[in-house]
Amino acid sequence: MIPNTIQITPELIESHGLKPDEYARILDLIGREPTFTELGIFSAMWNEHCSYKSSKKWLKTLPTEGPRVLQGPGENAGVVDIGDGEAVVFKMESHNHPSYIEPYQGAATGVGGILRDVFTMGARPVAAMNALRFGEPDHPRTRHLVSGVVAGVGGYGNSFGVPTVGGEVEFHARYNGNCLVNAFAAGLAKSDSIFLSKAEGVGLPVVYLGAKTGRDGVGGATMASAEFDETIEEKRPTVQVGDPFTEKCLLEACLELMETGAVIAIQDMGAAGLTCSAVEMGAKGDLGIELDLDSVPVREEHMTAYEMMLSESQERMLMVLRPELEGEAKAIFKKWGLDFAIVGVTTDTLRFVVKHQGEVVADLPIKELGDEAPEYDRPWVESEKRPVLKAADIAEPADYAEALRTLVGNANGSSRRWVYEQYDTLIQGNSAATPGGDSGVIRVNGGRKGLAFTVDVTPRYCEADPFEGGKQAVAEVWRNLTAVGSEPLAATDNLNFGNPEKPEIMGQFVGCIKGIGEACRELSFPIVSGNVSLYNETHGQAILPTPAIGGVGLLPDVNVRAKAAFEGEGDAILVIGGKGTHLGASQYLADVLGREEGAPPPVDLSLEKRNGQLIRQFIGAGRLTAVHDISSGGLGVALAEMAMSSGIGATVKVKGPAHAALFGEDQGRYVVTVPQDRVDAIIEDTLDAGVDVDNIGTTGGKDLTVEGILTISVETLREAHENWFPNYMTAKR
Amino acid sequence: MKTAVIIFPGSNRDRDMFAALELITGSRPQSIWHGEATLPDVDLVVVPGGFSYGDYLRSGAIAARSPILKDLVSKAEKGVTVLGVCNGFQILTEAGLLPGALMRNAGLNFVCKEVLLETVTDATRFSGKFQKGQVWRCPVAHHDGNYFADAETLKSIEDNGQVVFRYADGTNPNGSLNNIAGVMNAKGNVLGMMPHPENLVEPLHGGLDGRLIFESILAAA
Repeated sequence: MIPNTIQITPELIESHGLKPDEYARILDLIGREPTFTELGIFSAMWNEHCSYKSSKKWLKTLPTEGPRVLQGPGENAGVVDIGDGEAVVFKMESHNHPSYIEPYQGAATGVGGILRDVFTMGARPVAAMNALRFGEPDHPRTRHLVSGVVAGVGGYGNSFGVPTVGGEVEFHARYNGNCLVNAFAAGLAKSDSIFLSKAEGVGLPVVYLGAKTGRDGVGGATMASAEFDETIEEKRPTVQVGDPFTEKCLLEACLELMETGAVIAIQDMGAAGLTCSAVEMGAKGDLGIELDLDSVPVREEHMTAYEMMLSESQERMLMVLRPELEGEAKAIFKKWGLDFAIVGVTTDTLRFVVKHQGEVVADLPIKELGDEAPEYDRPWVESEKRPVLKAADIAEPADYAEALRTLVGNANGSSRRWVYEQYDTLIQGNSAATPGGDSGVIRVNGGRKGLAFTVDVTPRYCEADPFEGGKQAVAEVWRNLTAVGSEPLAATDNLNFGNPEKPEIMGQFVGCIKGIGEACRELSFPIVSGNVSLYNETHGQAILPTPAIGGVGLLPDVNVRAKAAFEGEGDAILVIGGKGTHLGASQYLADVLGREEGAPPPVDLSLEKRNGQLIRQFIGAGRLTAVHDISSGGLGVALAEMAMSSGIGATVKVKGPAHAALFGEDQGRYVVTVPQDRVDAIIEDTLDAGVDVDNIGTTGGKDLTVEGILTISVETLREAHENWFPNYMTAKR
Repeated sequence: MKTAVIIFPGSNRDRDMFAALELITGSRPQSIWHGEATLPDVDLVVVPGGFSYGDYLRSGAIAARSPILKDLVSKAEKGVTVLGVCNGFQILTEAGLLPGALMRNAGLNFVCKEVLLETVTDATRFSGKFQKGQVWRCPVAHHDGNYFADAETLKSIEDNGQVVFRYADGTNPNGSLNNIAGVMNAKGNVLGMMPHPENLVEPLHGGLDGRLIFESILAAA
């Protein structure tokens, strides 16, 4: 047992991740030396992960409002109105550091945490996604991380019972020392019964619900706010252990309890557990909170106040309840086999008071711990611009067919089937489009409406130009939602970067945020929730800047949508939005020529918007037979994907330098197919809208042919596409 | 047709099953909490999929000791139709209502995909609407679906015509012996199967193949 009288030394302060000036601020705030428990509480609240102290200044610049936004950032998740009294509640959150240390549990509890964020708001989770990034395939740790993370994501989500409808998996050497696990969840709620964390009313019971508190995850949030070094194996105890069964019971119990009207405020215990949830509830409501740790349900003996306050044991909730409905609440939790304990009371003192075994172990000002935590304006330098590479200066492949086969059959271009078949994609019976297309689609509650979900970012673009890369991530998400026919509603961001204390990393962060903000404003696509993960560095090597964007779109009729597979033989193939010219920072340049150079393709947001609106109109009117956006790998890969997912080939003709036409990653473009008798009308309407359109060929046959350039059988492409992942995972190390 | 669905802590395909039963029978099934002592008088009792008790100990093992199981066993003995899907199949084997056991998938991973099933016999109350030998599409989603029985049991269920569905055309996703996907008790009123027919019953699901099981039960009731 760790006594509360431990001597506070500079080493102890440093090991809590607090800088000398932050400690000075603590002394100033409370007018005395903190107790050991108080030091732990400050460490938990003021670390980067919980306080957003480096990022807050910039996050405030993002557009967060819109006519449909019911709740923007600052709560457990964002809430967007989808009509008919219904709302979609969603957020994305990282679990990078723990997943690198312990991939299965790290990823599992990442999924558990984000699901809890969603149902804390009163929403039943209906869809999940995940964006995963690993080191180069040959790095000795990569297979272990892939297999553990994928199993962990599946293990939690499948047992909990939410369909995984989309995601991303990428490999790059810059993630060798830090993998990324970004988990997204969305739920449905009634728009007039959204639950918030702001406590109201003095003298009301603060109730602890869910699983018992153990010693797992102590200091997790602080661990996640530092770089990795050779002591990484020692950090395993900071990783939490997930129990999806308890979480499923907690979901049902919480939703049942919310129905009764007993819940005034609710906050899940995530990072920094009991400390963070209690402080947030009090600080937001301008109330004090007094906790009595002797009432906290524990699963281990002799836990200290310090351990209880910093434990990140999973599947726990804190609520402020109406006292008159306490009995009813208790019965619901008993039915689901969960703990229910009154552990505190709201006060009017604005103090956060913690008692343990009759002793006050912490007595701190709640506002300064919570919403008035330190905030930094970190120095930053703008990333150096890279030259725009001309297609003429980039080599053509020796063999176009082989180049295409490489692009669809390598680590980053191959099918993710090996991954998503480990996720339950069908549960709940509302899945309309499962992973593998541009967006996952579910039906809303058995009705007519549909929701589309996608997550995307192109880190090599962000590395080459943070501003354009940030813009592109938003545009690509918006385009993916458009490509299935949905109206993009709003987004969530998961900003993964290196050490913000380095001005060049901070510069990447600032650049990406500015780009994201500009794109979101231009596309009327507000950011309603999000998460920042900094210090993704090992031995001073940072990850690629990776601002993952998760987006949600609305389909008025789930049956009126588009798929990214050729539908039949003999359809015309049109490219809408212009031809391919830009090879800088492209997948072709990286994976075929082995060069990561040049400026990324710029995004013209007004063209993006115009092209997207047109595509949506066409899909809504049922005029297209297939739609796919053109992204990494360009037109060539887009055509190959449409062919592989249907088994139907195509014959097309391209103009200009073939490598740029086929592999250029110019933005704002779509491949669509149209029955021949409707081609003229579509072309006419496209030109009328001021959008470029090119009739490049026809679907049919068993081969993909680009006249005079390449012919390759769809089966050969498919083999390369499907085999890479399973072969990689079963290869001898 | 009157139906009931048993809910355990950790059941998670109960809502899918409710929707499918309501769609096909035209009436809402009754929801029965596992802690209750008796089942209502219905034509069909369904034990749905999920992770009852988190699959802790062994999948289905803890749920098979739930209070409601006593009445389920006695109703089954009286001839009431019982369908266990996925975790429901695991629970029914753990409860001794069905022969054999479900082990971890041969590939060790959870698997969610579409497979093909062959209807081995149309002479049961679960398969009357199929053609004998009919091959149909059905999704699976499980971690422990690898059907195992000792040689003697296997021979007897094969000889008695208790194997109703097999994985067809090399689509066995889990290593099940004899490609067994669905098996009945000797009396023919209790069926357990790993695949999820309830997830392929309307156009949104991309097919209607799963309906035939429910329509068969409806026709036999």
